[in-house]
Parts: sequence; structure tokens; C-alpha cells
Amino acid sequence: MVQDNGKEETLALKLRVWRQRRGQPGAFEEHSLAAVPTSASFLEMMDMLNEQLIKAGKDTFAFDHDCREGICGMCSMTINGMPHGPIPGVTTCQLHMRNFRDGETITVEPWRARAFPVLKDLAVDRSAFDKVIQSGGFITVRTGSAPEANNIPVPKPVADEAMDAAECIGCGACVASCKNGSAMLFVGAKINHLNILPQGQAERDRRTLAMVKTMDEAGFGNCTNYGECQAHCPKSITLDVIAKLNRDYLRARVKEFFSSTGKPSKGGD
Amino acid sequence: MHLDSKIPAGPLADKWNNHKAKLRLVNPANRRKYHIIVVGSGLAGSAAAASFAEMGYEVSCFCYQDSPRRAHSIAAQGGINAAKNYQNDGDSVRRLFQDTIKGGDYRAREANVYRLAQVSTSIIDQCVAQGVPFAREYGGLLANRSFGGAQVSRTFYARGQTGQQLLIGAYSALSRQIGLGTVKMYTRHEMLDLVLVDGKAKGIVTRDLVTGAVESWSSDVVVVCTGGYGNVFYLSTNAQGCNVTATFRAHRRGAGFANPCYTQIHPTCIPVHGEDQSKLTLMSESLRNDGRVWVPKNKADCAKPAAEIPEDARDYFLERKYPSYGNLAPRDIASRAAKEVCDEGRGVGQVVDGKRLGVYLDFSAAIKRLGEAEVRARYGNLFDMYENITGENAYKQPMRIFPAVHYTMGGLWVDYNLQSNIPGLFVGGEANFSDHGANRLGASALMQGLADGYFVLPYTVTDYLAGEKSGSRPSNEAPEFKAVIKDVNDRVAKLLSINGTKSPRYYHKALGKITWEQCGMARDKAGLEGAIRDLQALREDFWKNVKVVGSGDALAPELERAGRVADFLDFGIMMCLDALTREESCGGHFRTEHQDAGEAKRDDAHYAHAAVWQWTGEGQLPARHVEPLVYEETQLSTRSYK
Repeated sequence: MVQDNGKEETLALKLRVWRQRRGQPGAFEEHSLAAVPTSASFLEMMDMLNEQLIKAGKDTFAFDHDCREGICGMCSMTINGMPHGPIPGVTTCQLHMRNFRDGETITVEPWRARAFPVLKDLAVDRSAFDKVIQSGGFITVRTGSAPEANNIPVPKPVADEAMDAAECIGCGACVASCKNGSAMLFVGAKINHLNILPQGQAERDRRTLAMVKTMDEAGFGNCTNYGECQAHCPKSITLDVIAKLNRDYLRARVKEFFSSTGKPSKGGD
Repeated sequence: MHLDSKIPAGPLADKWNNHKAKLRLVNPANRRKYHIIVVGSGLAGSAAAASFAEMGYEVSCFCYQDSPRRAHSIAAQGGINAAKNYQNDGDSVRRLFQDTIKGGDYRAREANVYRLAQVSTSIIDQCVAQGVPFAREYGGLLANRSFGGAQVSRTFYARGQTGQQLLIGAYSALSRQIGLGTVKMYTRHEMLDLVLVDGKAKGIVTRDLVTGAVESWSSDVVVVCTGGYGNVFYLSTNAQGCNVTATFRAHRRGAGFANPCYTQIHPTCIPVHGEDQSKLTLMSESLRNDGRVWVPKNKADCAKPAAEIPEDARDYFLERKYPSYGNLAPRDIASRAAKEVCDEGRGVGQVVDGKRLGVYLDFSAAIKRLGEAEVRARYGNLFDMYENITGENAYKQPMRIFPAVHYTMGGLWVDYNLQSNIPGLFVGGEANFSDHGANRLGASALMQGLADGYFVLPYTVTDYLAGEKSGSRPSNEAPEFKAVIKDVNDRVAKLLSINGTKSPRYYHKALGKITWEQCGMARDKAGLEGAIRDLQALREDFWKNVKVVGSGDALAPELERAGRVADFLDFGIMMCLDALTREESCGGHFRTEHQDAGEAKRDDAHYAHAAVWQWTGEGQLPARHVEPLVYEETQLSTRSYK
């Protein structure tokens, strides 16, 4: 932000940043950083800190980031105890320093969750999310086998609702913000995206059961309605998706129970 | 260098179908005996890897991100073109082809572009079936919009997140195969070299970014879909990790690199705000549908707030210069026009490096005409993003925009089958050079990535494999693999051992400053020659004075950046050399020596060709070869949007 005298406003900050090697215990390190422009993004501030460390011959802080425009879902910092920091509806990369005060102490930690082990410093392993998708987060359609696109009309409200859920960027802030380390918001978003579309009906129950099973196995906790996930989701996904996940899960379990013929499965799929 | 484009004979409209009918097949029972390596998991890579696995091949896919879903295709906002003609406005395959080849200023390969337009319709079918939530009309059918430079509505979109939704579609298809065990996915792995055995691509060497382990992988064929090289300019709309290393390493092993000077400068980005900026953010081009671009007529007004500049003191320069397209003029034209008014000293916004580099994009007329609620419904997320970054409310004051590097049309040279001049090395998506010529039209990058991945590579790679004996691939214990592993280890060790005084980012910034100023929107001979000398000096300094902290056995972001910057330095020299030797203005590439009163002047008699560069050794300038572009059914004309 430029002041009336033409100079850019800057901040002097105290930073407490998590330092950890893979498989070892970690601890906070304290650093001072001066002349941070308020127009810089949070990650640009971290770049400045790392450049300062390089000058001093010290190792930089590793952190995940890529697109820096809020869509890839790679950035993942817990800032002053809040995943993606204090501003609702933004990712860490879209958080700007004008939201902080001169002289402030900022605490920067990785995502904290059992299912997301720390790889180094602020970078964690979120491959558990990929495993959940691999188990059922798709509509099976071989390349080339799709019917003409307009043969499948989708009412606009349904398409809009699917799109609301599909905005999830898979960053994991929901898990990091939850006391239980639950992934229900993430899984609920994917279930809502695919289960309400006409194209997704054939695999609806199978998808729901498989994804919930994988989610449980990956070490994510249960949902007890704290609602922290909704508060910290950078894409403002709401708790509705969890209610609908529960509904679809119940539906699938009941159907599974009553559709059983007692015969052992012949496989074939 | 042998450059045979292998364009099939026959009329343009029949080439692909005739060619497909002649391509060889591999028996389903034999497919699992072939191993395909796919590098990159964006639209082209994910789509190709998923399709190969569905066909029954053994597939390994590598990406540097922590998940394939994060590849930078995800950031595309606006949409994807397809010749469906759902709007009944006269669209057709032929017309999409004509628009794309004209948009590329007649520097793309005709047959490839026609095929792209042909398969575009299948892409939409495929994506809808996967559950991509495209915008719909109330009747439930698909909606379309018109997009930069097109006079028909053929763009399909999913709010401002079309790239994200298409990538999630491809990622879900890929994930299904990973779950089935038919694709082995290696995330946080970066390809650092290509392995050739008897002149054919037979594998790659990667570094595991988490453990630092350098490993080799052997395969029957290697498919590289690693995106573009926009980060050679340091500031671009690309993701931080986007790099040229995979394609440049292949180039060093003998692959021709075509048209490296073709880069796309996107007109609607948020202007640079300061020295510590790491990235430029694109605002979707769709904003130009309702926003009007202007600057003050008088330099004296530039420091005033927009509201204090009366209507008659504003210059709506795109509407003035290009009345029939106005604010929707193609990207290259709009970008250059913005640069011109800023160079005249009529730019707006804050002063960076002594200049105001920005123009207004004003929605006040649209808000008056449509109401704020409708403008919010169309562009709300973009206005929010703008406010978040700049702290300014674009409903109350005009946005400020400036062009930024966005996409790179150049890439590894490929023939009609998307095979490079190295047998067994295929290249898809932005990483190849073939479809966009000297300029890419909006909404055609997503189209090309998915076309290559879903509908071209599965056919052409199969044809190649049919000629390779199954089970004949070498072991990765072979001496060729060991030699390349040694090269990679030596290079990593060298980077870590220099222990100089300047960070990799310092060199990246210095590189970007040179390339942006001398090889950006306007170029001239003296500037490019100077840039080549400056880059050579910078490269020498890098290898003496770079300081890479961290260790080789853990996540080491500085080491990753150093390796990428080292390749960008070599690449930047080649890019400037390509710009220097292309003595014409085409697309967004304005050689100031070649113009007609400010408009680009192409030279079809001497430059209707792709320039293909061959690596000649460390520290040497590459050698230039050409593939003449043969236009069988296209009349080359001067592009006019007036």
C-alpha cells in the first residue's frame, strides 16, 4: 500500500516458525524480519525470510506452495493457530501483509494432523487425500466412450450445487482445523459434487461406501460438529456437504443390507 | 537434424481419420508388457496416463507437486473451446480451425490445428461424462460464452475455474487407475534427465524431492507433458514450480526445441506492485466482455484518481484503434496496445522503477447497464480476488491491469504424431510447439492439452509401440542409465558445493529482468544481442557464485530452484537467439524493425517456418534448423482486427 508521501508502508515482524526434520521432533525458531511491504503476500514475506537466512548461511524453511493464486491447494500454513490465517475464504498464498500490524509476532506452523505427517518444517504429506479419491472419487468413463454431451441434461440448480462442492481445492485446512482431524468436509465435498449429478448415479452407493472406508483407514478422525472446517475452508465449503455425506452413507448402507441375497460375491468387478 | 513432420496426405478434413486407420495396433494381451512413462500430471499428462492405463499398458506417472491434482492446468480460468455449434451461430470444425490458425498468425502447423478442432467436440463429451460441472442453461443443456478474439460463442466454462474442473476430471480418471494399480504414481519426483539407448528414449532419471534419492526408470516410451517455460521471465502467471528442466534436458539429449521465442503475453493481469513480488496474477480475459480499457489522454492526469478524470479526457484506446473487436481484440494485440500507451507515459497506478505500468479496466458502464448484482454474478470471484490482492474495490473504482507472461507456444519439436526427433520421446500439451503458432487464442490451451492426452497420444504412442518388440526394454542397470545417473548426481553435487554468495532467486530475478526487457513484447536486434551477452555473463557468475543451502537428502527448495534456474539460463540464451534470428513481427512478437505504422509486419516469404534449435554442447550457441510450414488449404492473410 502506498502512502501519501509516495513511500510504501512496511512492517517489522517477529516470526516464530516451526523447524522439523522428517521423523524427528520439531521446535519453533524465532526470527526478526524488517521492511516487509504491506502489499506483499504472506508467502512473499516467507521468501524474504528465506533470503535473509541464505545470506546468513542458514537452511531455509521448506514450505509447500505453487500457483500462488489460491487454486492449486498446495500452500498449507497454520498462521497464529489458524489454517490459512485470519482472513476467511482465502488461502495462505492469497493472504496479504496488510492484514498484520507493525511489530506483531506471527506464529507459523505446518498443518497439524495425524494423517498428515510433517516432511520438513512447514511441508506435510497429504497423500491420504489422494488415496480417498483413488478409492471412489470418480465417475468411471473410459476415454472415448462418452455419449454426446447434451444427451445428459443437468438442471441448472443441480449443476450449480455440484460446482459449489467441486470448488474444493484439496488443501487440507479442514483437517488441520478440526480437533478430531476429520476429513469429512473434504470427502463430503467430493461426494456432493459427484453424487448429485445424473452422470454420478450409477456408482453413487459404491463410491460413498468406498470413500468413507478409505477415509477411516487413513487415520482421519470423526466429525463431531465443531464446524471449524467450515470456518477455515478457503473455498467456503459448508457443513451441508457433511450432512449430505451422512445421508448418502446411511442410504448406501441400508441398501447394501437389504440387497444382500446371502450369496457370496462372485466378483466380476 | 532430420525434421520430417509426417503430415498425412489427402484433404485436410480427412487426414486424421485416414491416418488413424493406418496406425498400427497392439494386441490387448500384449499391452501389459509395455511400460509407458508419463512425466507431468496436468491436463495432457493425466489424460494420457489414464487413457494408456485403460487400454492396458503398464504406466508410471511422475510429477513434482505433492499430488497430481495440483498441476498448473488447474489455474486456467476462462474456458475451453469446442466446435459444437450449440448456439446455432455458424460455428463448425472448419471455422474453429480457421480462427485458431489465424489467431496463431499463420505460424502453426495446419494439419495439427485441423485435428485439434476436429477432436474438440469429443473432449466436451468426455468431460461432461466425468462429471465436470460446466455452466448450464435452465433447460439443463450446456451454456457457452464468447471469448477473446472469437465471433461465435463456443467456449464452455465452469465459473472462473474451468481449468480446475477439467483437471479434476482428468485427475479423477487418473486416480481411478492408480487405485486399480494400473498406474504407479510418483509425486514429489522431478525428472532431471532423459535416458537414450541406441538413439531411442528408454527412460528417465528423477530426484525424489523428499529423500533426495536420484533414481532411474526404464520404459518402452517416454511421454513428456511438463508444461511451458514462462518462468524464464521470473515474473509470470505460472506456478512457482513451473520450469523448463524436463524439456530442456531432453533438448540437451538431442531433441529439437522449436520456436522458443514464442511466448504469450496476457493483457489482463494485476500490475507489478514491488520488488519482492514473486508472481503475477491473471484476471480472466472474460472481464473484457464487459469491462472497457482506457488511460488518460493527458499525461498530467495519470496521477489523479480515475473518478477525477472526465469522460472526454479518457482514451479508450482499444475501441479507438480496433473498432470491430474493441475491448475483445486478441491477446497479443491488446497487450501491445497497453504497452504502447504506457511507454508514451500515459500509464496509471503506482510508480515501479520510475514508470506507471498499468491501464484501467472499467466496469462503470457495465454496472450502469446491467446493475451491480449482475456484474457480481458474472465476475464476483474475480472482483474479490482483485480486492484481496490490491486492497481496492473494483465496483467503486476501475481495476488496473497490465500484460504479463502467461503461456509459451514454443516447445519441443514434434511431428504429426507428437513424437520428437528422438524416437520414443513423445511430447504433449504446452510442452510441445505445434498448435498455437506465434500466438494462442483464449480457451484453446485446455483444448490442446486434453486433445493430446485423450485423443491423439493413445493412438500414436500405440503405433510406435507396435514397432517395438515387447519385453525388449533395457534394464535400468544398463550402462546408459548408470551414466545418466552419474551426470545428475555430479550436477547436484556441484550446485551444493559452489557455496558462493548469491541465492538462486537472485539469479532468477536477474534473468527475468533481462528476458522481460529485451525479449518481451517488443524486441530489437541490439537489445537481443546485448541480452545474449548479459545472459552468458550471468550464467558464468551463477556457476561461480551461487549459494545453495540445505542438504541433498531432504526437501531442499533452494536446490530445486537452483537446478531450474541453471537450465533457464541456458534456455534464455536460446530464446533470445531465436528472437534475434526471426527477422519479422508475428503474433505478439514485435520486432521493432519490422512494422507497418505500429502494426506487426510478417514476412511470409522468409519466415513461414518453425525454427528448430539443436543443442551443440556446453557453453555453445545452439544450431538453427527449419521446418517449412506448408499451407495446403489456408490462404495466408494479414491479421486485421480493425
